[in-house]
Order: sequence, then structure tokens, then C-alpha cells
Amino acid sequence: MSPEAIARPTAARGPMAWAGQLLLYGLFALGIGVFSQWPPYRPLAEGQALIKVSFVRVGKPVGDCRQRSAEELARLPPTMRAPEVCPRERSPVTVELDIDGRRALTRSAAPAGLSRDGASALYERLVVPAGERRIAVRLSDDQRPGAPVHRREATLRLAPGQVLVIDFDPSLGGITLQ
Amino acid sequence: MTLWLAAERGLDRVCGPAANPLRQLGAVAAFAFALLAASGALLYVLLDTSADGAWASIERLAVVPLGLGDLLRGLHRHAADLLVVALVLHLLREWLHGHYVRVHRFAWLTGVPLVGFVFAAGIGGFWLNWDQLGQYSALATAEWLDALPLLGAPMARNFLGVASVGDRLFSLFLFVHVGVSLLMAFGLWFHVQRLGRPVLWPTRALVLALLAMLALVAVLAPVRSHAPAALARVPAELRLDWFLLFLHPLGEALTLPGLWVLVAAVAALLFGLPLWRRAQPAAPVAVVDAANCNGCRRCEDDCPYAAVTMVPHPNQRIGRHLAVVDSTMCAGCGICAGACPSSTPFRGAAQLVTGIDMPQRPVSVLRAELRAALAACTAPAPIVVFGCGQGARLATVAAPDVLTIGLICTGQLPPSFVEYALRDGAAGVLVAACREGGCAFRQGERWAAQRLLGQREPHLRDGVPADRWAMASAGAGDEAALAQAVRQLRQRLNALDDAADNYPIAAAPAAPPAAVAPFPSPPP
Repeated sequence: MSPEAIARPTAARGPMAWAGQLLLYGLFALGIGVFSQWPPYRPLAEGQALIKVSFVRVGKPVGDCRQRSAEELARLPPTMRAPEVCPRERSPVTVELDIDGRRALTRSAAPAGLSRDGASALYERLVVPAGERRIAVRLSDDQRPGAPVHRREATLRLAPGQVLVIDFDPSLGGITLQ
Repeated sequence: MTLWLAAERGLDRVCGPAANPLRQLGAVAAFAFALLAASGALLYVLLDTSADGAWASIERLAVVPLGLGDLLRGLHRHAADLLVVALVLHLLREWLHGHYVRVHRFAWLTGVPLVGFVFAAGIGGFWLNWDQLGQYSALATAEWLDALPLLGAPMARNFLGVASVGDRLFSLFLFVHVGVSLLMAFGLWFHVQRLGRPVLWPTRALVLALLAMLALVAVLAPVRSHAPAALARVPAELRLDWFLLFLHPLGEALTLPGLWVLVAAVAALLFGLPLWRRAQPAAPVAVVDAANCNGCRRCEDDCPYAAVTMVPHPNQRIGRHLAVVDSTMCAGCGICAGACPSSTPFRGAAQLVTGIDMPQRPVSVLRAELRAALAACTAPAPIVVFGCGQGARLATVAAPDVLTIGLICTGQLPPSFVEYALRDGAAGVLVAACREGGCAFRQGERWAAQRLLGQREPHLRDGVPADRWAMASAGAGDEAALAQAVRQLRQRLNALDDAADNYPIAAAPAAPPAAVAPFPSPPP
């Protein structure tokens, strides 16, 4: 009898061990096979549609530009004597969304940057029942009193699972519904 | 912990300790990663790395003859699932064993980021197929990242329309999947830097079993793509791979900031564990005696934590080296003392000083303890049991004819102690180690077995009668197995004729009498 043979088995042998291993790896395989694709997941409930409100927009300056006086210009170095000075900070961009006449979203996106002179960005998701919906969007990118507000209204039929993207693209006339 | 040990013992009975996946979870995870790399390299050759062509190129795998395409794709997907399972269990096991403090701190802190890498690379892999599942996962990930105010423009805007998903964005997908995988390989290398002889490949039996299992799943439940991505619609129903993609539904259930809080809390817990337990006193570390160290490098070879390095010996003899112990890496297991050729109890020096030894349990004390116990024993055929301090409690088998000598780890035992005990009056010697793969110091039982079987230096001399000693697997809680091993050895000895006389005591080496030192409590 070899010294190690007393109580130091290194490998399981015998039909019971084989059956046990088959069961063990079979169950593990079953677990991997099943949970790698089951249970199915529905990101959106049945009969729902998704509205995404998103834009990246540089707001208008927070104030009007003004002309420098002759005294101000004289105090500046010759290379910096621009006659007009404009505020660097941009207006926050505010969006309001009404669905079927009821307010569904109000968000104000602050301009990026330490000097608040960057673009305002927004990304919001709204889950709504599919069907015909009256969509009204207002977007303001200028906080000065009396500044114009971009508006868009439409009646759309949203299919279940459809994604409606509300964006802002000046080249397409402002607020877009895609 | 009790449940875990019960599971390990249960699988020992089924698979045998050598093929028990619970005892080599790190190696299983490394194997899964290697399989991912190999299958991923093949898939990369076949993948059309463009937004328009990716889906069709993956779909073509389904028509490859003999199901080889399904096999390749299934192996890749399910190896990722196996990696997640092995990684989580590995983390759980090391946590239960307290392997996040002292010498384990480095491996723990470098291992935790690998969890993040696995999920980042794994989730990113689903995007490359650019089907509805990839679309959902990429968008959900982008929305989750947008929940942190890091970027000026939301990343999710990249998925507003078909036009925004171009080949440049697809290149980013590839970078996430392949680049993070490469980072993971580097992280794995870093993770094992403070381990001596890291085990990065499971035993052959386990490799074959895992490969067969993954191939079976790949063939019986082939991975199929969803419909091609369509950003104008939310996919109605998805066959999620819950091992990797559970984070997305979890984010929807908890809200995206809530998921960030959860992830941050888990990360803080995992990273904070070693700091939380940091105030605990460190275990005594090995001490080198320059006068007795001959620079043989055995301690360097055997140290499970790469704590021993060799430097030129201060005696300045050409080629002579001296072992140096890094106290921050030493686990205090004593395996180095068991490896040292000067640890033999047959040395005639009045004071047995070894080249490298443990201050809390020196070899000289082991010898003195053994001699005192045998001298005091009046039983006609005593059995000496050398046992691991981390394993089965030796006190459960102590008897007038069973003398127990505790060790920090079985690897601390110089094999010549077996011969020494037999020559000094023992009828038989039992070396009780932890179960294979269950050593608290990684390799103690392995090195002890190899030394005793003559497969590793220092080895037990051939002249020692093989029927008078045995090695038993008796980890913590295996007191019954230890008692059975003692009974079996007793039966074997009883069967031998004139057990004590066949191996007379040789000239007894000179050794000063010493009081039996109490065995210190094992480190928690």
C-alpha cells in the first residue's frame, strides 16, 4: 500500500462519482443555457410608446450687446478696442411638452462650461400609451423678455413600441418630430 | 462559511479534490477568459466591423456546416457566462476565507477592478452584433453613463436615429470590447504578481468537463441574434443574457442614479474591506539566519506568496546567495521552513537553528516537542500525528498512544521529521494536511505531499518504510476523516510483525531538552 493511499484520494472514481459529475455539470449547463436567454424581458410594456425629448442647443446671450463709449475704448489696449461688447453667458434652454393638452414635461438645461457659455443639452424619456396623441412643444433659448419661443404642434398616431424623437435642428426649421 | 465548506466537501465527493471547481475558481475564471480570447479572435476574423454589416456577418455563422458557427458563437457567449459565475464565486470564497487582509490585500485590491472590466467588456460584446439586444444594451448603457454629469452632450443622443450610428461609433464599440479585454489581461497579470506559482489553468479533468459542458450548451441551445437594430422602435421582447445584462433591468427598477449608488456602494464595500480590517496585528513573518542559509533557493521556489527573494550572501563567496523575506508579503505559513535543507531534526547542533524559520513555531521547538512527547509516552506502539493548524482539530484524536504535533501549515513540516519520529520510537507517523486545493496558504498540502512522496526537495528518504507513515486529507471540520485515518494506520501497523523492532532507533541526535511550547492560535 502506498503511503498516500490511506485517506488522501485525489480523484473521485466509481459509477456514483461519474453520475454525480454528470448531474453537476448537467445542472450547471442547464443553468447557463436557461439564464443566458430566459426569462424574456420586455423593455416597454405592451401598448406603450416612447417619446424622447433631446437637444443640444447653444442658447442666446443672456443680454444685449452694447457699444463701448470712447472713454472705455481709450482705457483698453489698442489691440482690444472692439467697439461692441456682448455678454459671454448663454441663456438656459427651456422646453415644455404637452401631450393631449396636459403638461408632460418641463425642463430647463443650463449652459455647459465654467463661464456658462457652452451648449445646453437635454435627454429625457417619456413612456406614453400608444395611439393618437396631440403633441405640443415649446422651446425657449433666449431668456430676454419678449424673446421669441420656438413652437411645434402636431397630432400623431404612435404605434406600440414606436420611438418618437423630439429634437431641435435649425436647418430643418427648429423643433423636429421624428 | 459552513455552507461553503459543506459545498466544497460535497463536490470533493463527486469530482474529487483535484477536479473540484470550487477549489480552483480563480483558475476556472482564467480558463474562461482564455477561451473567450481564443473564440473571440476567430469571431473577430469573421465579423464585419461596420454598423451596416455586423449583423449579417454574425448571422452567417448559423449556416456554417456541422454547426461549427453555432459552436464558436456559443462557446464565446457561454464562456463569458462562466467567467461571471466563476468570478463571483471566487470573490465570495476569498471573502468568506478572509483573504482580503495582510498578504492577500494586494490580490484583493487588484482583483476587484477585474469585476468591472469583465462586465464592461462583456456588455460591450453584445453591441458588436448590432441587433435589437445590442441596441437595447448600448442605449441602456449610454443612458446610465449620462446619469452622471460627465459629458457636455448626452451619449444617448448617439442612438436617436439610424444616421447617428456610423462606423466611427462602431469602432468605439470594438474598443470597449477588445480594449477593455486587453486591460483585463493586464489586470490579471497584475492580480497574480504577489503569488508564487499562480494557478491560471485548472486541472485537465476540469478543463475537459467545462469544455464539454460549454460545447453542449452551445449546440443544444444555440445563440441566435435578434432582429437587426432599429432605433425607431423599442424591442418588444428580448432574450437577455441575465448573467451579464441584468444591470439594465436593475437600472430601470432602481432608477439610473439608484443603480450608480448601488454600484458605488458595492465598489466601496469591496475596496474598503482590506482597509476596514487593516488595524489587526500582522502574523509573525519568517526569519532568515544568514549563518545557516546556504542559498539553495528552495524557500524561494516554495513560497506561495513570492515573499522570498535571493540576494548575494554577505559572506561574499562567489555564487552564494541569501534568502530575504519581504515582511509585507509573508503570510507566516512556515512553508519555507519546511523547504529548508537545514531544517532537518537530525542535525547534531546543540541549538537547532535553520536557515529560515518561523519565530512563533521554530523547527527546534517542533523537534523538542516531538522528543519530549515520545520520551513521555509509555504506549508500546505510539503513532505521531503531525497536523495542520488550519485543518482538523488534532485534539480530537489525541490519546495515550497517539501523539499530536501541531504545525502552522503542513508545508512547515520538514519531511525528515517523519524518519526522525520513527527512529525516535514512533511506530507510525500520520501527516494530516488540508484537503487538496484547500490549503489556507495555497500550496502547503501540495508541497508537503510532493516532498513526502519524493517528488520535491527536500524529500523523504527512500529508506523510510512506506508502510509506517501515511498522509491524510483532513481540513477544518474533517475530524472524522482524521480519526479514520488514524484508525487505518493503526490497523496497518498492527498487521505488521514486530512493528517497533524492525526499525530500531539509530544513534539519537544530540538535542537539548526543551519544554513543550504551546501551539499558538492560528491567524483568523
